[in-house]
Amino acid sequence: MVRRGVEEGRPALTELWCAASLLIIAVGGIALGRSPRGTPIVYTASLAVCVLACATALTRLLAGASPATLALPVGVPWIGAHFRVDALAAFFLIVVNLGGAITSLYALGYGRHETSPLRVLPFYPAFLAAMNLVVCADDAFTFLLSWELMSLVSWAIVMAHHREPANLRAGYIYLVMASFGTLCLLLAFGLLAGAHGDYAFATIRATRPSTIVAAFAVVLALLGAGSKAGLVPLHVWLPLAHPAAPSHVSALLSGVMTKVGIYGFIRIVFDLIGDPTPWSGLVVLALGGVTAVLGVLYALMQHDLKRLLAYHTVENIGIIFIGLGLALAFRANGMNWAAALALIAGLFHVFNHSVFKSLLFFGAGAVLVATGERDMERLGGLIHRMPKTAVAFLIGCIAISALPPLNGFVSEWLTFQAILISPQLPQLGLKLMVPAVGALLALSAALAAACFVKAYGVTFLGRPRTDAATSAHEVDNWSLTAMFVLAALCVLAGVLPGFVIDALAPVAKDLVADVMPRQAGVPWLSIVPIAESRSSYNGLIILAFMISSASLTAGVIHRFATRATRRSDIWDCGFPLASPHTQYTSSSFAMPIRRVFATTVFGMHEIVDMPAPGDMRAGHFQVRVFDPAWRFAYGPLARFVGGAATRLNRLQFLTIRRYLTLVFCALIVLLLVVAAWR
Amino acid sequence: MALITDLGLQALQMFLVVVIAPFVLGVTRKVKARLLRRVGPPLLQPYRDLWKLMHKEAVIARNASWLYRVVPYVVFAVTWVAAALVPTYATGLLFSWSADLIALVALLGTARFALALAGLDVGTSFGGIGSSREMMIASLAEPAMLLIVFTVALIAGTTQLSSIASIFVSAPPGLRVSLGLALFALMFVGIAENARIPIDNPATHLELTMVHEAMVLEYSGRHLAMIEAAAALKLMAYFSLIACLFLPYGMAMTDKSQTAIAIGIASYLAKILMLAILLPIGETSVAKMRVFRYPIFLGGAFAAAALAVFLLFVSRGF
Repeated sequence: MVRRGVEEGRPALTELWCAASLLIIAVGGIALGRSPRGTPIVYTASLAVCVLACATALTRLLAGASPATLALPVGVPWIGAHFRVDALAAFFLIVVNLGGAITSLYALGYGRHETSPLRVLPFYPAFLAAMNLVVCADDAFTFLLSWELMSLVSWAIVMAHHREPANLRAGYIYLVMASFGTLCLLLAFGLLAGAHGDYAFATIRATRPSTIVAAFAVVLALLGAGSKAGLVPLHVWLPLAHPAAPSHVSALLSGVMTKVGIYGFIRIVFDLIGDPTPWSGLVVLALGGVTAVLGVLYALMQHDLKRLLAYHTVENIGIIFIGLGLALAFRANGMNWAAALALIAGLFHVFNHSVFKSLLFFGAGAVLVATGERDMERLGGLIHRMPKTAVAFLIGCIAISALPPLNGFVSEWLTFQAILISPQLPQLGLKLMVPAVGALLALSAALAAACFVKAYGVTFLGRPRTDAATSAHEVDNWSLTAMFVLAALCVLAGVLPGFVIDALAPVAKDLVADVMPRQAGVPWLSIVPIAESRSSYNGLIILAFMISSASLTAGVIHRFATRATRRSDIWDCGFPLASPHTQYTSSSFAMPIRRVFATTVFGMHEIVDMPAPGDMRAGHFQVRVFDPAWRFAYGPLARFVGGAATRLNRLQFLTIRRYLTLVFCALIVLLLVVAAWR
Repeated sequence: MALITDLGLQALQMFLVVVIAPFVLGVTRKVKARLLRRVGPPLLQPYRDLWKLMHKEAVIARNASWLYRVVPYVVFAVTWVAAALVPTYATGLLFSWSADLIALVALLGTARFALALAGLDVGTSFGGIGSSREMMIASLAEPAMLLIVFTVALIAGTTQLSSIASIFVSAPPGLRVSLGLALFALMFVGIAENARIPIDNPATHLELTMVHEAMVLEYSGRHLAMIEAAAALKLMAYFSLIACLFLPYGMAMTDKSQTAIAIGIASYLAKILMLAILLPIGETSVAKMRVFRYPIFLGGAFAAAALAVFLLFVSRGF
């Protein structure tokens, strides 16, 4: 690390006051929960605090200020709670509070539809506060406490509608996975703190762990932070829990909390451990590549809109981890300039994903409010009934499919540029892994486009499939404003990526001791990651070209050819079928891709029950898709635990003599162990 | 003054591709017809078709949304931008740096995304089948395409098409295994992306296996003209790409004098004509495939490109 130890700077007071205010709002939420005015008050207050926190973090990041620290005499006696806001924390504070602010704006409209506000209002600000505290924490105790608070509070919101059986299961699995994650992080910090047990990050940062300890800590950080972020195979809770929450909280869970997981990983692996080894890059890369492809394939198989979005988060986490893995690999080989590029690609994707995934969850929430449906196969034609939501959702779909000129493309493009540097890496394992990961990344980008053509096409285009979709209505202006703010961010970050890259420079400087070339001076606002002769991209010019050539063409044709238009029946080759059920549905759209990819990966079965000619009973079609993570990891594990518990159950019904014997034997064994140990 | 010259050269490339694209399509159709012992349509027929379609009234389904009417122009514009950014007769044009090879592939992806959405807009089963299959083909072709990009980028050390072309001319990489594999894969991908036989049949309208034509079945009039023009431009973009990457000879490089530009344009036209004659020869020698055999075809391209990239990662000598 470049800078070790505690530096003096402006105390991190504003950030902590914001977190404290959010906690106070949470307490107020308990009091106001039953009042009809509680919802607007809580969300307006959260909005104000988040805007303040975001602005503070933004000025801190842009000013390149030295880290601000603060120690409070709360928490464990004689140790206290340490807080520190450096460039990395400031960036993640922007992500958290931007997401929090816009979610609060959205919730001003959406929250009115909440049937049980008392189950959401107290937890929502507390959730935001906990995420802020995780990012600010500067000792392991504060970090873990905030992390656990974040998990528990978000679990409480996931369980807001606890009477639905699916939500109960989601909450249970979430709780198990969250506890597992925290346990792993606890062990990681324990290892890093060593025998002396100083849990302040400054001390951990200053001591260099031995190779074995560092290796274990990296693996534990991957498990702990990866389970929060949704790395395959630790992703299983995510597609269950994220859709179960109210939609604005789903946006926070998917768009923001997964990023806090990534923050945890970066903080531990890049900052606290430091000096990575090549194999850690290799492992992270492999996991990232597999996560990206499996995530998007899972998403393609879904027909519940919110669950599709949640699965798709898994893909984006994979893309971010590919960037981080490359950064580790480059850093391990001393190629700091390349590590800066890969790290910034990953962090840029963190920002992008938080923006467009929140936007898409807001859109799904709007659809849910307007129709009461999450199942895409019961929607359709919403572009006519909800035109504004349809525009915002479309921008989100283009952005998340990594298509130019929007922001998703820029971060993937930067990741590809980092991949193209990697033949310079000396290790053969990395040389073989990186192109494979590049192919997986390309595959996941193409599948993401297919996934969002499906999501948008089946939900918003075509003809309405049910009465609910026919009678949908546009949502309120708060929700629409929130969606359009995010859509504007997607466009801005896509056409002016140079500003984002420059803003991220201090983070890269801290973590990998180098920065990307400064983009501000590049002519025409292009971005040049390495050198102009090597690669450059200019979203602004592309967008300007696209708009000008499209309007030029349309203008010329309308002016000089014809603009005559006639509305008529559907053509459909002369045989239009009146029933909207003859349209392609979500599962029929995914069928070719399902057959190509899912037969082997997911053990897909299609069961067709077609009645014989003349038989009047209905035909049936069923698709079965198995999640390999459940099939090969969690299923056997759950069976083993269940089986072991059943066997051990006999121990409950012994006589007192046998219990005494057991205790005695246990004592003997323990004494023998102690004797052997010494 | 220099800026105006540069802008002019860029505009020349932009209009060159759009003007000759229908002609190139006419050549492929003519050659194909001759190979099938038919007379075939005149070489200028695609222009007449476009002219006719542009002047016809557009018939739109009652439930079509604004998206349906906007998409043809978007698809045309995006494909045009992509085709105009591939160096044709000269390298180092004014805006050649605004999108590299990866961005070009993604731009074509944007056009495809828009068209696939339009296929779903009216809500017919034909549109759905077309969109669904188009995205399936894209999900197989795009990774192969990006691996091809990796191959040439690793050899040239850059993803800028302009720089790749100049590097390949000034320091020829010679006969490389990886470049051969990449060319092979690029031809396969180009065939799939442009809906040519054996993946799709551009001449069919009523066949169950059709992809692209099913997707745009509802379109008529000026909208259809835009989509047809975009398809011709996409073919041009792929031809220009093959010409620029594998036959970059004759392009005007640093010297932008009139003779150099004339040579550049002449050589470009010759290369494009050669490809336009080779494509139908390939097409007539194979039969159309079943839909679920596409993964084998495109998997071959993917495997070839992946092999090329792996070879380059192991040693720069391949």
